[in-house]
Formats: sequence, C-alpha cells, structure tokens
Amino acid sequence: MFAYILRRILYIVPIALGVTLLVFALVHIAPGDPLNAVVGPDAPAEVVEQLRRSYGFDQPLPVQYVIYLGHVLSGDLGQSVATGRPVIADLGRALGNTLILSVGAAIVGFTSGILLGALAGWHRGGFIDRLATLLTLIGVSVPHYWLGMVLVIVMAVELNLLPAMGMAPGGATGWGFTGAHLAHAVLPVLTMSVIPMGIVARSVRATVAEVLQQEFVQALRAKGLGRGPVLRHVVRNVAPTVVSVLGLQFGYLLGGSILIETVFSWPGTGFLLNEAIFKRDLPLLQGTILMLGLFFVLLNLLVDIAQAALDPRMRRS
Amino acid sequence: MTPTFSRRLVLAGAAALALSAASLTPATAQAQGTLRVGMTAADIPLTHGSPDNGFEGFRFSGYTLYDALVNWDLSAADKPSVIKPALALSWEADPKEPTKWTFKLRPGVKFHDGSPFDAKAVAWNFEKLLNKDAPHFDARQASLVGFRAASVASTKVIDDLTIEFTTKTPDSFLPYQLSFILMASPAQYEAVGKDWAKFAAQPSGTGPFKLDKLVPRERAELTPNKAYWDVARVPKLDKLVLIPMPEANTRTAALLSGQVDLIEAPPPDTVARLKSSGMQITSNPYPHIWPYHLSRLPDSPWNDIRVRKAANLAIDRDGLTELLGGFAVPATGHVMKGTPWYGKPTFDIKYDPEAARKLMAEAGYSPKKPLKAKIVISPSGSGQMQPLPMNEFIQQNLKEVGIDLEFEVMEFTSMVNRWRAGAKAEQNAGIHGLNYSYAAVDPFNAFIRFVKSDLHAPNGVNWGFYADPEMDALAAKAQNTFEPAAQNEVLGQIHAKMVDDATFIWIVHDVAPRAMSPKVKGFVQARNWFLDLTPVSVQ
Repeated sequence: MFAYILRRILYIVPIALGVTLLVFALVHIAPGDPLNAVVGPDAPAEVVEQLRRSYGFDQPLPVQYVIYLGHVLSGDLGQSVATGRPVIADLGRALGNTLILSVGAAIVGFTSGILLGALAGWHRGGFIDRLATLLTLIGVSVPHYWLGMVLVIVMAVELNLLPAMGMAPGGATGWGFTGAHLAHAVLPVLTMSVIPMGIVARSVRATVAEVLQQEFVQALRAKGLGRGPVLRHVVRNVAPTVVSVLGLQFGYLLGGSILIETVFSWPGTGFLLNEAIFKRDLPLLQGTILMLGLFFVLLNLLVDIAQAALDPRMRRS
Repeated sequence: MTPTFSRRLVLAGAAALALSAASLTPATAQAQGTLRVGMTAADIPLTHGSPDNGFEGFRFSGYTLYDALVNWDLSAADKPSVIKPALALSWEADPKEPTKWTFKLRPGVKFHDGSPFDAKAVAWNFEKLLNKDAPHFDARQASLVGFRAASVASTKVIDDLTIEFTTKTPDSFLPYQLSFILMASPAQYEAVGKDWAKFAAQPSGTGPFKLDKLVPRERAELTPNKAYWDVARVPKLDKLVLIPMPEANTRTAALLSGQVDLIEAPPPDTVARLKSSGMQITSNPYPHIWPYHLSRLPDSPWNDIRVRKAANLAIDRDGLTELLGGFAVPATGHVMKGTPWYGKPTFDIKYDPEAARKLMAEAGYSPKKPLKAKIVISPSGSGQMQPLPMNEFIQQNLKEVGIDLEFEVMEFTSMVNRWRAGAKAEQNAGIHGLNYSYAAVDPFNAFIRFVKSDLHAPNGVNWGFYADPEMDALAAKAQNTFEPAAQNEVLGQIHAKMVDDATFIWIVHDVAPRAMSPKVKGFVQARNWFLDLTPVSVQ
C-alpha cells in the first residue's frame, strides 16, 4: 500500500509540469493581445510597448514559460495586469468562496444522488426506478444557469424568501457561518448540485444493478442472509466505482461554475475566470487555471488512494 | 442505516432551511441613506484615480473619490452638460503664445488624508502619467488616461496656487482633456509606501466621497467627505455601496428583491416588470453615437457620396428604437440637435427609402443589382447596445434599397484591435466598415480624431482614412480657437460638413436606462456619461 501511494505521488510531478505547460500554451495560443483590454483604446503605442516590456510579454514564448515556471515554483503567480494586485491574493479569496459552494453542492448533490441511485438500482424496473431515472435525467439535462435564473425569479423576486445574489448580507463581506450567509448560499448551492446529483445517481444505479446481478449476491441470498447483510456486501462492491465518480465530480465543482457564479454574482473562481478571460488578464487567467488543474490532480490522487484502500485488487494492479 | 434516521435527517434539514429562509427575507431595514448600486463592471473599477472599465469607472470610482482641475456640470437633466471650474478656478491660454496655459487653483482644498492640494500636487499628478523617469510614473495609469494629456509638453509650478502648462502645439481643447486627469494625493502615495496598488486600496483624492472599504470583486463602500470644498455638493447619503454585477438579469433580480437600490442598464425587456413593481426608470440622451464607421480606401463601396447618403436615408430609426423598447434616440448626425456643436447641416437624415432608392439608382445599383459591403460587428461590448438584433434590422433596411451587407462578427476586444489597426491593415482587407460606438464628450474625441488626415492609423483612429483638405483646415482652426463661443461655432461647421458629406452612417444615440427603487430621491440623470450622486438620498 505504501509503495503504491509513493508511486502515485511521484507521478504527480510530471503531471503537474504538464499542467503548467498546457495552461501556459493554451492561454498564449488564444487570440487577442493581453494588453488590449487593459489599456485605454487610445493609449499611445509607446506606452503600450513600455507596458508590454514591463510585463515581459515582449519575450519569446519559451523564455516566458521558463520565467513563469520559476516564479510558480517559488510560489509567485505574478500580478494581475488589470489591477496590479498579486494574483495569489485574489485567487485565494475566490477559491475560498468557491469552496463554500462546492462543498455545499457536494453534500446536497452527492447525498441525493447516492440515495436516488441506490433506490433505483435496488428496485430496478419498478416505479421508484422510473421516478428516480426521470429526476436524474432532468438533473443532467437542465441547463443550470437557466435553473438558477428560474430559482431567483421564484424564490427571490416573486416570493422574496431568499436573496437573489451575492454571498453576504448588506454591509458584510466575506463568509461567516451565520443564518444570513447560509441563506445567500441556498440558491447557488441547489443550482450547482443538480448536475452532480444526476450523474452520481446514474452511476450508482448502474453499479448497484450490476452488482446485484452477480452470482455472489445470489449465493448470499441462497445462504439465507437478510436484506441488511446483503446490502452491506453490495455497498463494499459498489464503493470503489462510486468514489471515483464522486472524486471527479467534486473536482468539477471545485472548478466553480462561470455561469452559476455570474448569475448569482458569487465572487468565486468562475467569476474570476470570466473577468480574466474578458480582460485577457493572462497572469490571473494562468494562475486560476493552474490552481484548479493542480486541485484536480491532487483530488485524483486522493481518489486513487481511497480506491486502493477500498479495493485490494487495485493495489495489485 | 435505518429508514427512520434518514427521514428524520431530511426533515430536520428541511426545517432548518425553512427557518433560515424565513428569518432571512432580504434585509429591508437598511440604515437610512445607504445607496447600493449594481454596476455592469465585473470588478470595482480601479480606485487610484485612473479608472479602468471605461466611463462607468469614471462614473463610480473616478468623480466620486476625485476631482479634476475641470469638472463636468452634472446638475441638470434638461440641457447638454458642459465643463466648469473645479480644482482650478480659472484658466487662460496666453493670447500671444497660445501653447502656454495658466491655471489658477482653488485655495483651501485638502485631500482626504488632510494634506493640502496645491500646484505641486498638480505637477506631480501629470508626472505620474507623462514623465517616464519620475519615481511615481505608472505605465498602467499612463495607458489608461495618459493619452488625454498627450498634448501637454511640460508643467511649471508658478506659485502654490498657479500652474502653467505648455502644450506641444496650440490646443484649445486642453480644458476638456484635463477633466479626465484626476488629482491623487502625493502625501498619501508616500504614506502607503510608494505603491500604486496599495494606494488603490487606501486612496486619497479631493472628491465628495471617501473610500471606506474595498473588497475586490465584491463591493466598495464610500462615505461622505464632510469637508468637501463645494459645500453644495457634500453628499446627502450616509453611505454609497458599489457592487459589481456583470449579468443584466442578476442586476434586475437584485433590484426587485431589494438587495440593491439602483442598477445600471436593465435589459429593455425587463422594464415593464420593473415598472409594475413600482421601480423608477430614468433615461436621457447623452453624447453617445452608434454608427457605422466607413472605410474610404480605394476598394471601398462607400466612396460614392450618393451611396453614403442613401444608406443614411434607408434606415428606419423609429422602428429600430421601438425594437429597443424606446431606449434610443434616432441620430441625425454625430451629435444630437441642441448640442452646441451641432451646427447647421443641410443634409436631413431621416427615413426616406424612396429617396434612398433614387440615389442608389443614380449610382447604378438596385435591389436586383445590389451593392455589396462587409461590416465588422461585435455581439456585445461597452456602449454597443444590442448589436446583433440591431444590425440584422439595418441589414434588412439596406437590402430594400439595394445594399447587401455582409457581417463579420467578432468578439469586442478583437474588434478594438481591428479598429486600432486602421482600415489599411492587412487584417482589415476586404472590410468596408466597423460598427463601433463612440463617446462624443470632448471635441477631440467627438470629431477631430476621425476627420484629420494626419490621424490615419497608426498615428490615430481616423480608421477609414478619410481625408479632406477643407476639413483639415477646419480642424486646425478649431484647435486654434480659444474663445469658447467661437470654438463652438467652428466645431458646428465641422459637424455640419461631416453630416453633409455623410462621412458615417449614423444610426442611434443610447439613452442609458437606469432603474431604481422608489426610495431613491433626488437622482438627476444628466446628459452625460457621468453622474453626480451627491444630491441623492434614500428614504
């Protein structure tokens, strides 16, 4: 087990390097001058050139990459071209805000998804299965920004029960575990949880149904075991697959959602990315994508370890 | 896991949710006099005195915290707004040597940090933009507003309250340009460790509001500067809160649910709903124009004046205004009738498809044998209104008189690139026009930059390579006419010539719709890009 974990951790180094290269390349290949959106439209060419030099955008791309990598390794993600603020400060705040939404959405989406999927798989072909399948189909199909807007119209505008936007009540900034803060999170969390709910439910249903078909289940039943003990064996067999789905889904959630965060003016990574893209704020864009990419890599590592812990066969492979 | 347990859990969760929801009906009991504004920007515009985010930045982070030597008079909604003395009491160009300007400064003005405003501070603020060797020079600020002061060659402190500017060439528009150079406090810059990013977090200007709290991308809170030099403009509000809300539907929902009190640019199709909830809707024309900027290179189809006039006559601007829910004013030129620079054009721009077809026939075209032209448009962007449906509408109009428009749609920032590059640039090959909206706030940016032949790219943004010696002479005359009334007269001649030559296809002016709660009192929407929030109160 230890050797397995060590090997997995070592894999991270080339993967992380690959991520930095990919992020750098993608951001620079995209069309548009990084200075275009941040200088005034009538800025004289010489001032623009000076700015370009001061950000190092005049260097050849490979040189820029090496310099960038050096900075990243020393924990410096650079300064935002648009605001002059260090990327790490804005990014840290945004990551924290997105984490609130993603943990909330994971709790709601994963619990309901597992419950729905398990029920549907257990009662395959029955009424409960069809109802659950319908719900999950809606979950994966409904555009979530649309759902967000509808929820806002109903819950905030018409019924005036919940706030329409923002993450803190008037006057307060940042997060706190007060009722008012939680109320601000309800609508975005619900909106965000719908897709993972659908995806998790579908894979749980399929896995449960598949495991139930296997001979060992029949053997257990033939042995005269009751529902509870059979269920315990099924859960053990379903868990590795479900854990990997949950891990991936949590990774997507952590990435934040540009659409949902924009609809709810939630100042997380999606909101940040949206602005960075529109302003071609390369340092901010690079830093954000890189951090999200690394999160994903890290999460995959955790999933691998969890899977290995749950399923001895994985360790041998 | 027993069924009872999970049911109890679900019930408890639902109860907690309902409880928190009930106790949290959006707080309507705001402190008296707090105005919460939903802006279209995705971040708080830069607060160091050289705002980004276009004129919305100047509106909320600029003229609130700072003053310029010359400010805009934003007190009336029923007449075009003009410049007026602010940190400068008076100014004059030397009649014998018109490149020398003397500005007399207002005595007794203090920055928010308590340090005095004087001629040295003015010189220091110009150095931050123009003198690359100055220790406080900031390339980013220079790129944002430095071009406004591009004609300034040097500054000279005469005494504490007198400063002299020398311009590179005679420039009668200098006072207008100086309205964009906001005065930041040198003492505060020293105090925060000579760092503009830190200065932006704790700014100090002379403006009617002070920055109390700034959380990037979340909110900025401004409080009144009780010691403001213009006693009549000490803010009535206790607090002004700026909140970035780039999504238009979010702004509308936030206003309807009582989370903000005033929003910028509600989508036209939500106006009826806003009104039915008792919201106030304001709008007013301002110096904005939504045109087609035409290429005049040899391969352009727009070189025949009959075609340009026909295109101007073919557009049903009233119909287009209806499409925009009434939130537009049909254009009859680059600026609106009633502005001091309108002049007396003879070409009457209106909807007359018959006359347009006749002109096209004279030029050798008809709906069966149409003229083809390619225009670059963007799907969105600052000041671009609702470009896709509007351009489709115009395409239909022009088709009826024998002009087939083809659009090349590109993202706004890419279009800005094409605009800067000029029509002659390789990337603009085969392009005959650009749908780029303009601010006509000051004479140089309203007219001169588009018509002078020495401002072809890359020297300037005379994008279409328009050139006319008569126009060059008029532009030079305007830049050398220092008496305001006489200057307006020359600018009127320039505008009249532009209209009579049909140098653009002018379509509509925006009216900047805004929506606010019935509790907001005293709001005046001036005919300007900028706003004065000092008379506003919230009850």
